[in-house]
Amino acid sequence: MNQTAPALGKDLIGLEPLSREQILAILDTAEPFKEISERRIKKVPVLRGKTIVNLFFEASTRTRVSFEFAENRLSADTVNISAAQSSVSKGETLVDTARNLEAMRIDMVVMRHGSSGAARFLAERIPSNVINAGDGSHEHPTQGLLDMLTIRDHMGRIEGLKVCIVGDVLHSRVARSNIFGLLKLGAQVAVCGPPTLVPRGFRSLGVEVFTRVEDAIEWADVLNILRLQLERMEAGYVPSLREYNRVWGISRARLERAPRDILVLHPGPMNRGVEIDSDVADGPQSVILNQVTNGVAVRMAVLYLLAGGQPERAEAAKQGGEA
Amino acid sequence: MSARILFRGGRVVDPSQKLDGVHDVLVVDGKVAQVGKDMAVPEDARVLECAGLVVTPGLIDVHVHLREPGGEHKETIASGARAAAAGGFTAVCAMPNTEPPIDDPAAVGFVAAEGRRAGAARVYPVGCISAGRKGERLALVGEMVEAGAVAITDDGSPVMNSGLMRLALLYAQAFDIPVADHPEDLGLSGKGHMNAGLVATRLGLPGKPNAAEDIHIVRDLLLA
Amino acid sequence: MSTERIPVMDDTAVRRAVARMAREIVEKVGGTQGLAVMGIHRRGIQIADLLRSEIESAEGVRIPSGSIDISLYRDDLEAIGPRPIVGGSELPPSGIDGKTIVLVDDVQHTGRTARAALNELMDWGRPGRILLCVLVDRGGRELPIQPDIVGRGVEVLEKHQSVEVLVPELDGRLGVDLVLTYPEAS
Repeated sequence: MNQTAPALGKDLIGLEPLSREQILAILDTAEPFKEISERRIKKVPVLRGKTIVNLFFEASTRTRVSFEFAENRLSADTVNISAAQSSVSKGETLVDTARNLEAMRIDMVVMRHGSSGAARFLAERIPSNVINAGDGSHEHPTQGLLDMLTIRDHMGRIEGLKVCIVGDVLHSRVARSNIFGLLKLGAQVAVCGPPTLVPRGFRSLGVEVFTRVEDAIEWADVLNILRLQLERMEAGYVPSLREYNRVWGISRARLERAPRDILVLHPGPMNRGVEIDSDVADGPQSVILNQVTNGVAVRMAVLYLLAGGQPERAEAAKQGGEA
Repeated sequence: MSARILFRGGRVVDPSQKLDGVHDVLVVDGKVAQVGKDMAVPEDARVLECAGLVVTPGLIDVHVHLREPGGEHKETIASGARAAAAGGFTAVCAMPNTEPPIDDPAAVGFVAAEGRRAGAARVYPVGCISAGRKGERLALVGEMVEAGAVAITDDGSPVMNSGLMRLALLYAQAFDIPVADHPEDLGLSGKGHMNAGLVATRLGLPGKPNAAEDIHIVRDLLLA
Repeated sequence: MSTERIPVMDDTAVRRAVARMAREIVEKVGGTQGLAVMGIHRRGIQIADLLRSEIESAEGVRIPSGSIDISLYRDDLEAIGPRPIVGGSELPPSGIDGKTIVLVDDVQHTGRTARAALNELMDWGRPGRILLCVLVDRGGRELPIQPDIVGRGVEVLEKHQSVEVLVPELDGRLGVDLVLTYPEAS
């Protein structure tokens, strides 16, 4: 009679390796976790005694804080390490850093790293659970999950929805995690932006490619608007932020021409007046702050599911009968 | 009362209509109404005798240098537009290698406005691929198209940076405009003054090998 | 492995037991003032509903109710593996501070579930009093936590025996079975 969620395995590296059932299990588990953050005492003891290291090789405020809240609300002990203060800046390799942490007896590592593949590299080399908090342009699975949870909250479903990701898809780990996850849950996915940042090759991932943002708005139920990194302009992918805003920026005027009310997401932090105008970001169709709230719940769900992720012991326990 | 003009007895050439022969052309209110042999002269039509002349649709020169701004001692937009019209060209595409180069929407707007003011051949502005024609970063392509640019090129200089050329070709897709390149590999053509070959050898002038052009064209084809 | 089910209580027996438990609760508390009933996921919830409607019809009052999912308060997460949290926890609308909370579960065994539920309730607030109420007490306590009100005691001595409460919403009928599991004869 025990209902066991499909195990996630040891790590969460991305949404590409997960099954539809595993993704749904995380989203469903996140639902009750939302409520914990509304309690007077925002804390449950489920990860008591676990030590989690938040290892951030790239600057991040929002994702790191969101993970910290999730860890604290599950009663885990946490240590934050950022690249600037770690011995990485003294030339230590990633594996050496991780092994040193292991030697201090930790249980989980939440890692953000600038290189695609870094999370898997680490996960294969240490016994602790590894959660990818963003690796290069590869994946940012918890962001993908919280985006999907937010879409499901507001649209009631994901299957059959048309979701368009707008902006610098080429360099975006958020875009990839969204694409992999949404397709598995049966959504139709499109990407839109300057062809320099939205190569047609993305079609091979099973998504539609729009060049004109007007076409994307005509098509979509949901827009997930990516941040345009200033570096992209410096590297010449777009001539100027102003031109980007004029051609691809999401403005109220553009949304008003849509045949339906479009749900607007943005993973943050926003460049107001570049990829998104303020009247859209703060408008009635925006669920950007709901995404932030859901981020904590999704990360709690992932931590919870990974911490219990020892199915072989679960089997043994089931034979032992009721707890 | 409509204005009718009969162009009589000229050699009419229009490949789009598979025409090349002596015909009469009747124009009513500025539009070709009829093409035929030995047509009756309609009442009140003006007749232009065209025997020995060539009659064609308005020609378009996609590559002209009007030199303005910066080179007005050679040519201006107005003089170029009038010269074009006199030579049978009803539209020209103005290259952006002026001084300063046509690399932003204001400059494109200037060329378009001056062209209209000349009231001769239509002037279609062409914008730069790179800001300042320096071959480093994309110019404001989207805004130039909005201001009336019909194509982009760094004409006069090749885009030597293949990465930039690739970005330009991709970016232009968004606006559905052609990208033109000045095909010359500067590493090969170097300080050459003329085509490399027998004559250059005899004259003792530094030459540019044919490969300088071919390699650049092949590169662009591979990128496109 | 083969299993055998021996019915211990049928629908009528369960309803009778619940009716008696309801009377006991009202008697112990001395009325229904400040009373709230909270079931423990999953089958505690259905038993709690039966109890609540029994009290309501006997006393002619409305009793606030809630539910508790103890997944996050278990002490054996690693051993049992990840479980979906089926419903989350829900407080009675009137809250729990100062209230008399009737905490309801289907079966009491080791006492660990009750321990987890008590801890969770304490994190939520400060109930005036908590009564632990179970339909079946099967013995085998590992913690010194005893129910205040019991529907029926079922002695389960052997490791291969267990008690299952069945509810219409999940199992199609109301009742209690003793389940015997025999290893395959080799």
